[in-house]
Amino acid sequence: MTIELPTTVPLQAYLALAAILFCTGVWGLINSRNAVRVLMSIELMLNAVNINLMAFSSYLDGQLIRGQVFTIFVITVAAAEAAVGLAILLSLYRNRETVDMERFNLLRW
Amino acid sequence: MTIASSTQLICFTVLSAVVAIGALGVVLLPNIVYSAFLLGGVFLSVAGLYLLLNASFVAAAQVLVYVGAVNVLILFAIMLVNKKEDLSAIPGLGVRRLLSGAVCAGLFTLLLRVAFTTPWATPGPAPVGEEATIRIGEHLFSDYLLPFELASVLLLMAMIGAIVLARRDVMTSDISTGEPADQGLIEKSRTPLLLEKTN
Repeated sequence: MTIELPTTVPLQAYLALAAILFCTGVWGLINSRNAVRVLMSIELMLNAVNINLMAFSSYLDGQLIRGQVFTIFVITVAAAEAAVGLAILLSLYRNRETVDMERFNLLRW
Repeated sequence: MTIASSTQLICFTVLSAVVAIGALGVVLLPNIVYSAFLLGGVFLSVAGLYLLLNASFVAAAQVLVYVGAVNVLILFAIMLVNKKEDLSAIPGLGVRRLLSGAVCAGLFTLLLRVAFTTPWATPGPAPVGEEATIRIGEHLFSDYLLPFELASVLLLMAMIGAIVLARRDVMTSDISTGEPADQGLIEKSRTPLLLEKTN
């Protein structure tokens, strides 16, 4: 018995790739000590969601491509998030003289 | 854009391998500068995937916004906070990593199961292909007009917020009257708020 390779890229391949990217982002978000790396992990997760939206838009909604419009909005919000996040990071660094996530524990009980 | 399906398959395999390995590198590499450049590579590969999906406008937006703006911003942030610091060891770090790795693996299997057991309604309607940019423009100015305008307000607010958060100094004189500003405020802006004095 031979496994038949698909001739075109199936939708599930895109979904699996997005799942890999999202889970990598979640792991990095939880485990990074460096605050900049946490922001990078968030960007990875947003990209995973974008891949999902684009794949659905192309495979299931080919005429109305609403997924592509949503991806544009996600990219916009991600850019705003990155700008504000890095500004917060800079002022945190100025106040605490570190980027170690374990030392940002002012709100910890 | 129509490519032969085998070429498409090969392109998808290569791009997804770059995305997956690059994402692992972003998370795992000890040097954060390498991580940032790998992140740029991941963004570029994702843009390539968008091209495979016949979405040239979104691919261009991805390259411009993510590679051109977000990644450069991250590199600047790395330069601004680049201080070699020895991270103090935390008890139970390995256990925590294993535990969160298990949680992420569980999430991954759940997502895969959903992706492979759901009966997707493929093939859907034929993709619009080259007309995608026109369709996006029509959407943005008809049924998605309000989110589109709100996005511009959001970007303006984010820009002003980032400037306010990241600026260092307070002006020493009042802009309209030219009188010297509150000296206490200036002193306050010069001293860090939360420097730990105990160690």
